[in-house]
Amino acid sequence: MSDYYGSLDLPPLQLDLDLADLERRFHLKSRQWHPDRFARASAAEQQAALDASSLLNDAYRTLRDPLRRAEYALKVAGLNIGEQGNKDVPADLLEEVFDFNMALEEADADEIGVARERFADMRNEIDEQMLMLFARHDAAPARATLEELRALLNRRRYIANLIATASGEGIRH
Amino acid sequence: MGTFQIDFGTTKPSPRIIGIDLGTTNSLSAYLDPTGTPQVIPGADGRPLVPSVVHYPLEGAPVVGYEAIEKLKSDPARTVYSAKRLMGRALADIAGEHLTYAIDEAASSQVIHLALGMTPPEVGAAVLRVLKQNAEAHLGEPVTQAVITVPAYFNDAQRQATKDAGRIAGLEVLRLVNEPTAAALAYGLDKRKQGIIAVYDLGGGTFDISILKLHEGIFEVLATNGDTHLGGDDIDQLLMQVALEDLATEWGLDLTADPSAYQSLRQAVIAAKHALSTAPAVSLEFAWLGKEYRRELTREIFDRLILPIVDRTLGPCRRCLADAGVTVEQIDEVVLVGGSTRIPLVRSAVENLFRSRPHTELNPDEVVALGAAVQAGILAGDVQDTLLLDVTPLSLGLETMGGVVTKLIHRNSTIPASATETFTTAIDGQRNVLIHAVQGERELVKDCRSLARFDLKDIPPMPAGLPKIEVRFLIDANGILNVSAKELRSGQQHSMEVTPSYGLTDDQVEAMILASIEHAEDDFRERQVREARVEADQILAAIDKAKANAAWDALTAEERATVSLATNQLLLAYHGDNHEVILAKIEELNQATHPLAESMMNTAVQGALKGTKI
Repeated sequence: MSDYYGSLDLPPLQLDLDLADLERRFHLKSRQWHPDRFARASAAEQQAALDASSLLNDAYRTLRDPLRRAEYALKVAGLNIGEQGNKDVPADLLEEVFDFNMALEEADADEIGVARERFADMRNEIDEQMLMLFARHDAAPARATLEELRALLNRRRYIANLIATASGEGIRH
Repeated sequence: MGTFQIDFGTTKPSPRIIGIDLGTTNSLSAYLDPTGTPQVIPGADGRPLVPSVVHYPLEGAPVVGYEAIEKLKSDPARTVYSAKRLMGRALADIAGEHLTYAIDEAASSQVIHLALGMTPPEVGAAVLRVLKQNAEAHLGEPVTQAVITVPAYFNDAQRQATKDAGRIAGLEVLRLVNEPTAAALAYGLDKRKQGIIAVYDLGGGTFDISILKLHEGIFEVLATNGDTHLGGDDIDQLLMQVALEDLATEWGLDLTADPSAYQSLRQAVIAAKHALSTAPAVSLEFAWLGKEYRRELTREIFDRLILPIVDRTLGPCRRCLADAGVTVEQIDEVVLVGGSTRIPLVRSAVENLFRSRPHTELNPDEVVALGAAVQAGILAGDVQDTLLLDVTPLSLGLETMGGVVTKLIHRNSTIPASATETFTTAIDGQRNVLIHAVQGERELVKDCRSLARFDLKDIPPMPAGLPKIEVRFLIDANGILNVSAKELRSGQQHSMEVTPSYGLTDDQVEAMILASIEHAEDDFRERQVREARVEADQILAAIDKAKANAAWDALTAEERATVSLATNQLLLAYHGDNHEVILAKIEELNQATHPLAESMMNTAVQGALKGTKI
């Protein structure tokens, strides 16, 4: 698998990243590897620059977004989160989801709006928990932390789908 | 003892790279002067703009530019304009477009063919060839490498078509640069060091909006959006509709049936549009077959007419802001590019949207070419601290079950960008896998633009699911897709047949390059013949003059006959198309006139002696 961390000279699987520092690294490496710098180089050098700069761009795009960064780190650690996420309703959300589906069926705009805000609050809470897990992982990398992170991301995906439904955007993740 | 090696500059200077703006209405080129300042390159007439109009006479080389504009009226069927709108497109894409030259509907499936026989890239190449010649004449050196600009929202096929045009014109296209980004380069070089810039580019045929972040010489495009079929041409067509309706009621004539009349009216309409950018009202005047049409056009009416077009630019602007993740308040500067941004309504719409007065210091017709010259300087290594990080305007996806698109590379990803997918077989012994790549934002294949089909061939027969072929999709710095496949188990490259959905095949482009070289040879031969004739004219005129001289009479009859014979033979060769024969006959005539020349010398000496009083 492509080494996003290595392409930006970052320690492997560091989850808590300073975005300003990440941008500095990205710019520095871009100056080094962008194909514009190799316009008159040999075909082999041009190919190498193309490979390096596309990897760099892919890496920056992935790592600057905390969610994608977490998903990437889990994938590298061999902890794949399913393509569709977990279809099962988390136990503590059973009642909420039942009420929400009722509101959808009745097209009760007020209830749907209330539910959307509640789900959004849950998502924000998850994002905070995610950052805490990032810090814990970076301080002392442990598989248990990553597994916890995976569960959290699955839950977040489920809730994001609920928010999308409530916003009338259909099912997405 | 050491020896000093003095380098007198034996290293050959690298060939210069020029920047070219290949526009819908006008084209021009620019270069970076020794001080690092971009300069536009003037043509023989001193004007840098070359109208993107090409006239194909029945015989001889195409006529390009202002001269071709004249032909729009007198010979519309053989005169092509706005060919950029046809680049990388198919017949179905241009339905409803009224052009005064015909399209060959039978031949136009993946590429539009004009009834005149050529394709849009060849028309573009005719314009590029003139720019190349102008640059060579101005710089006094051959020019073979260029940066060419394209609308940011151009898709893969449109970009490829532009690159093909360059190749056909004998130019190695080192980079395609997005027009709004080029404009930002031209503006931002010695301006602010930090900040967020929006570039609003409304040209003759296309509209782009790009939002960039500037940071210590790095121009990072955050997002881009646009419409490759929206520009000044659409305003012209709106005004045409009004005038055509007037004429239908006043004169009872349908002018669309008469291309010459249509072109005359179109040019009157364009002149009126241009005048309305500075005048509050103009009179649209048009005379045809003794009849006269006049209509007062106020800016108020004009504004009301074009409002829907200006409004169509605002949607992409908002989507671009959203994709860039910035608010209107965060935009530090707005730059206007393209001739259509001279229209006051367009300026005020941009001002209202971005709540700031846009930059217009640089000529909107020239700023893109100037920026292309800066990019050429970056590629040549002459500009060191500046770097452009551009994005792909459209998402790249693959067709999956049920005609649904799975996105691989999302729009506004910094390029080069890549994605890999692993493919396998669905049934035992399956020998090939078909992949269909599309571009666009919609969920269904039918709503996206087909890009190409890839056939992974010769898969060794194995149980379903066992073969693993990794396909890498890479969008390069030109915004063009490159695809490669690897058999995962062996690590070997896997063979693949690529069928682009639109555009010319490599073989077709090669054939066009060959044809253009042959034409170049034709041109060269023609020039040699012309030069030989000029030489013949000189010697024939000299002999005519000499026959009036006393020296002619001093020759023997035989000598006079030899000269007459050689003269007649030269006259016979004169109208042939072989310059070598003409030159040979000139030489023979030259030989035959030796006695005459001698005689003239003697006569002159005698005359001189006679005149001398001793």
